[in-house]
Amino acid sequence: MNRRLIDSAWGVVAWVAGIVFVFPVIWMVLTSFKQENAAASNPPSWIFEPTFDQYALVFERNMTPFLLNSLMASIFSTLLVILLATPAAYALSLRPVEKWSDSLFFFISTKMMPVVAAFLPVYLLVKHAGMLDNVWTMVILYTSMNLPLAVWMMRSFLLEVPREVLEAGEVDGAGLLTSIRKIILPIVSPGLAATALICFIFAWNEFFLALNLTATNSSTAPIFLVGFISSEGAFLARLCAAATIVSLPVLIAGWLAQNKLVRGLSMGAVK
Amino acid sequence: MTDLATRPAPAPVAPAPKRGAKERWVRRAPLLPALIFAIIVTQVPFLVTLYLSTQGWNALRPGQREFVGFDNYLTVLTDTRLRAALFNTVLLTAGAVIFSLILGLALAILLDRKFLGRSVVRTLLITPFLVMPIAAALLWKHAIYNPTYGLINGIFGGSTDWVSSYPKAAVIATLVWQWTPFMMLILLAGLQSQSHEVLEAAKVDGANAWQIFRRMTIPHLRQYLELGALLGSIYLVNTFDAVFTITQGGPGTATTNLPYEIYLTMFRKFEYGEASAAGVIVVVLTIIVATFALRVISGLFKVEANR
Amino acid sequence: MRRSRITLAAVAACALALSACSGAGTTGDSSSSEGGAKEITVLMVGNPQMEDIQKLTADHFTKSTGITVKYTILPENELRDKVTQDVANQGGQYDVVTIGAYEVPIWSKNGWLHELSTQMDADTAYDKADLLKPMVTVASGEDGKMYGAPFYGESSLLMYNKEMFEAKGLTMPEKPTWQQVADLAAKVDDKANGVAGICLRGLPGWGEGIASLTTIVNTYGGTWFEKDWTPKLNAPEFKEATKFYVDLARAHGEPGVAQSGFTECLNVFSQGKSAMWYDATSAAGTVEDPNASKVAGKVGYAYAPVNKTDFSGWLWSWDWAMPKTTKKQDDAWKFISWATSKEYEQLVGKELGWSRLPAGKRTSTYSIPEYKESAAAFADITLESIANADPVNPGLQERPATGVQFVAIPEFQDLGTKVSQEIAAALTGQKTVDQALDAGQKLAEDVAKKYK
Repeated sequence: MNRRLIDSAWGVVAWVAGIVFVFPVIWMVLTSFKQENAAASNPPSWIFEPTFDQYALVFERNMTPFLLNSLMASIFSTLLVILLATPAAYALSLRPVEKWSDSLFFFISTKMMPVVAAFLPVYLLVKHAGMLDNVWTMVILYTSMNLPLAVWMMRSFLLEVPREVLEAGEVDGAGLLTSIRKIILPIVSPGLAATALICFIFAWNEFFLALNLTATNSSTAPIFLVGFISSEGAFLARLCAAATIVSLPVLIAGWLAQNKLVRGLSMGAVK
Repeated sequence: MTDLATRPAPAPVAPAPKRGAKERWVRRAPLLPALIFAIIVTQVPFLVTLYLSTQGWNALRPGQREFVGFDNYLTVLTDTRLRAALFNTVLLTAGAVIFSLILGLALAILLDRKFLGRSVVRTLLITPFLVMPIAAALLWKHAIYNPTYGLINGIFGGSTDWVSSYPKAAVIATLVWQWTPFMMLILLAGLQSQSHEVLEAAKVDGANAWQIFRRMTIPHLRQYLELGALLGSIYLVNTFDAVFTITQGGPGTATTNLPYEIYLTMFRKFEYGEASAAGVIVVVLTIIVATFALRVISGLFKVEANR
Repeated sequence: MRRSRITLAAVAACALALSACSGAGTTGDSSSSEGGAKEITVLMVGNPQMEDIQKLTADHFTKSTGITVKYTILPENELRDKVTQDVANQGGQYDVVTIGAYEVPIWSKNGWLHELSTQMDADTAYDKADLLKPMVTVASGEDGKMYGAPFYGESSLLMYNKEMFEAKGLTMPEKPTWQQVADLAAKVDDKANGVAGICLRGLPGWGEGIASLTTIVNTYGGTWFEKDWTPKLNAPEFKEATKFYVDLARAHGEPGVAQSGFTECLNVFSQGKSAMWYDATSAAGTVEDPNASKVAGKVGYAYAPVNKTDFSGWLWSWDWAMPKTTKKQDDAWKFISWATSKEYEQLVGKELGWSRLPAGKRTSTYSIPEYKESAAAFADITLESIANADPVNPGLQERPATGVQFVAIPEFQDLGTKVSQEIAAALTGQKTVDQALDAGQKLAEDVAKKYK
């Protein structure tokens, strides 16, 4: 049989699968360029005059603070996560403390607990501390949300540092800082970037905590998005426009850093 | 790309000789900030939950808060809604994980071949995972499932009300759409880590494609499948956005999972005591499940753990 | 390796840049109030009238008072959870919130809201006497003082597509009975052409499907609770009404009744896919807007259908209220009084169009010539329906709590929502009406225990 023909046939199948999977997203973007009544027409309108009205409407609503809040919460929590997780991962891998696996499992077990189950006290404590509607509250909570992942990821990346090289460095009298800078960092930095990417994505997309803990000053992008749902009027097209905009940063970051995504998502277990 | 199994595993570190107390603390120091942070942010609230679960406290009736002992647990445990929610949680999680694993495997096998525009297809396929989950849920509910102007009925005709008629399937389909790329990426990495020489050798020995797949690829992928299932479950058991958005837990209690049920008790009924008791029960269940899950994890990370 | 180092550097640079502009980022926070400029925070539901006020605030309210208004807009379900959460816990995140007729009596009793009567009476230009009576009643607490300022109010009515009725030679009575409506729905139903006989709300939620259903229950002689809190969900009247509603919806309703709320019905009806629509009077404005509706100018209006009562329209208003936790009472009142004033109605009419005016709260609205012209088809029915809705005694028996299409007790949010989920299961055929209501009765009995 013609091998090449089979291969290209499979290629076509793969292309079809890819398009089917991405189609809802394409539909979202298409809908965002429609007028409201065209967006909700039946049968769906495929040919239409594109309009930027919905985007104008979205931008009219002062989106910038929401995006800035999301950026702040995501970036600062990511930084904090890295700062906390990297030394911890170091203590759990290259210079293991005794009973290290216990703490490793403690971290991951906090990730298994449903957020909702322990949310009420968080809300009450945050309220008592006067920290409701504060970006830094979100930074702290997103940090704790992502910390277990980051510790696991960073640990598996640090394990890749060849011990011999590290020990050789020590024999040569290199201090801790030097060996971090010269040996560990170059090997680990791709992993660091993968970790940061994953933490950023999860923080950016988080909805439940943001909905319940922020109000007017520190609301994040997902909250901005749901503001376009109306119980007394058509909203699909503008919702799609808003969804396209708020999804864009993560989409771009994820597309550009696909290879990092795999390692990050599997907590470093898969290269 | 290598996989976890073929990663060079250095000899295990000999149990550390008795170190001085000071040295032990120096070694622990880098761990402490993260550990203390995690304990404060996750464990302190849990202690408060324990306390709140003994209170008869409805926020809508101010000034009527009292100690009720284990009454809340009694109420929650005898409530059929919690059992239904538990069942739904298992069903939704398992359904989403299994289907996304199967689809992810199929797509990974497709992508493991060489064809024109492979990287573009890969980019297309990971896109659903990158869409904001709340946006994805809204998109599916309003633009796809809607009986009058949704895409499914728009293309295939009919006027089926997908969300009401097949509520569980509707939620699962949305989750599967989002999580298949995740599974695919993990499994693709697994496929690509197979040694080509071994596969070629098998072919030379006259094994057909199906035999190779069943006898060699699947066993090789096993740990990747386990890893995908485990991580997927960790994320999906907490599904809130999709339920809240697509079905509001209904019709009836068909899609009310544990997170959503607790949310309802907390912020619709404002029965803080009952919500806390339900929270404690869920945490206990989680610990039981986690103990098993952790065994799987430690198996998966065994090679590394040797260090 | 070099590439990844570049990536890392890029990430670090981004982070630095961001922390540098974090000053700018936090301008979202309090620092934006330069030199003590005044600012209030408002949480509101994402309805078109609220979107309009957001558009008009900066150029008008802020310009004349110097008070900046920061809005958070949420969908109805999220809004309710969030407002209740914030107010019940004294979170103090908002100076002004939108609440409905349901919340006012409960919250005022709990002491969670500032009363507004004093300021309303003091301000002669506000003209409190101009507010419609039923709107005042539902926005008042047990003590007779007003705790909410109505922004717009509504009752319910029946809209029908005159073209379709004429084509089949049918006429709609001005005050139809539900039986007449069911017969008409059967005749006008045109499934082959994708036209439903009638559009009814079935979406779960106490403010969605339950609102429509409860008005039917009322006029069939049923009630959620009797005066002594005996739940009556499985009583014959309640069952008869629910069966009627479920049968009508299943036989001649729009596709996907159980997922249809106001928005979905609006879409179905204004695209000409349904011959009738029973819903809020405030829908009429949108239905008559040619930009949004294919049936503009072709719609007839009738009173909410009845059975054993004379009127059955519901009564709802979105009100502005001030949580006790606000520290900016004066500024908040300035905003509330502006938003509910006569001049704001004029402003909306002139800037955005008269059909978008937040109506249904002031008598004077219905004598504005431009509004009368734009709302000629439905203004009278709306005003009459509101005036005849009785939140204290909407059915055939005395009630333990107020509310036409709801029961104003704290538990109703949860009860109504859960019962509506049961009804949704009946609408999709997964349960019988009897099963659904028996389950509902059980839930209601739990609630009643606390009151008996």
